[in-house]
Amino acid sequence: MEISLLLEAIYQKYGYDFRQYSKAHINRRIRNRMALARLEDVSQIQTKILNDETFAYELLQDLSITVTEMFRDQYFYGSLRENVIPVLKTYPFIKIWHAGCATGQEAYSMAIILQEEGLYDRTTIYATDFNQHALNRAKEGIFSNAIIKEYTINYQLSGGKKSFSDYYTSNYDNVIMNQSLKRNIVWANHNLVTDSVFDEVHMILCRNVLIYFDSNLQNKVQKLFYDSLINGGILCLGSKEGLPFTDFFEKYMELDKTQRIFKKKY
Amino acid sequence: MRYEAIVIGVSSGGMNALKFIFSTLPADFSIPIIIVQHMSARSDNEWIKLLNEKSNLTVKQADEKEKIACPTEQLFGRETGNIYIAPANYHLLIEKDKTFSLTIDEHVNFARPSIDVLFESAADAYKNKLIGVILTGSNNDGAKGIKRIKEYGGLAIIQDPETAESPTMPASAIAVIKPDYILSLEKIIELLIKIDTNQSR
Repeated sequence: MEISLLLEAIYQKYGYDFRQYSKAHINRRIRNRMALARLEDVSQIQTKILNDETFAYELLQDLSITVTEMFRDQYFYGSLRENVIPVLKTYPFIKIWHAGCATGQEAYSMAIILQEEGLYDRTTIYATDFNQHALNRAKEGIFSNAIIKEYTINYQLSGGKKSFSDYYTSNYDNVIMNQSLKRNIVWANHNLVTDSVFDEVHMILCRNVLIYFDSNLQNKVQKLFYDSLINGGILCLGSKEGLPFTDFFEKYMELDKTQRIFKKKY
Repeated sequence: MRYEAIVIGVSSGGMNALKFIFSTLPADFSIPIIIVQHMSARSDNEWIKLLNEKSNLTVKQADEKEKIACPTEQLFGRETGNIYIAPANYHLLIEKDKTFSLTIDEHVNFARPSIDVLFESAADAYKNKLIGVILTGSNNDGAKGIKRIKEYGGLAIIQDPETAESPTMPASAIAVIKPDYILSLEKIIELLIKIDTNQSR
């Protein structure tokens, strides 16, 4: 009860709406922040959030999960090449919406695959998130050497056709992604919870975002996706996410059931 | 007192322990069991299917928003007991309405899934109607979680470190709480069966 009042206060004051997020997750994140700030109870954190914008900003970062990887789930990216690329090849131009892109790793992964498949020149990737801090980092495209090692393994396992180092330039402890990958990605601020249809697109990727939402909110966002996709458009969800609990199960066919890749029915 | 769920945390040495548990628990065991076994992020979760074949109960991966079987409902023959396992590379949490949530939050104690994350959310959801079990493992994940279970008045059972393949994890739990039981794996299973039989009457 107290937590729901706190979320209401955040929404009223800052416009960020976490009221329909999974409660166990929100409780965990708020408890962690309270422990770090040495706050005893929820009413104390509520006062602090309403009066201390820096602190509120920290909590917003806590509640917005930006954990992501390049080529997370090798089998998904393998299936993307095998089952989705042939569909995309039939279009003269391709618009892809990457919803909840966080720090951009999956958008770069997509750009790499499209480049290898010869489709990138006619593609625009709209990569959106409500977390501006994460978007700014995504735009920079700078990642640490240590993490790039992990991504390289993921890339190879997922059926990558080149040497992963072809896609970035090293500079001391970091790498920066190539300009040729960034060129067709449009980074934009969009909030799935409060904003409306973005554009009509051929494909939507939204992976491991909906798991944070309750059933009502999942339904609402699925409607947004359904309205944004052209007929025959592709929807890619995270490997543990599905449509069975939403109203949209009947409105898609499964391109790859295990990898949660769906095609909007005509 | 009726217990409504059992959470088990297990790490290195866990495969043998889980095989033993699943082949020993009888088919009419009614309390749902939710398990975090530390696993490589790239695991394809095939091992869950293999363990299911060796088990008298249904062993499955926990799905997002899935409703956990409720023992009181079983009295009317509607649901059967189940064993749920956290998928690799996701944290598993339990909501107050006894459904599962998955997250890809940062690793906790170098682990995802983390035992602490499951245990703490399970304690919030089940309060004192929860049994927490810490088995073999070579880190200290689960210690904070089992503490939360005790704070709510739940039951804490720890594998006797001397009988565990890797003693560190049970020993770390014993260092932060006073467990209700410290037992060998065989005795833990006996105790769970006894609790289940008594409350099923």
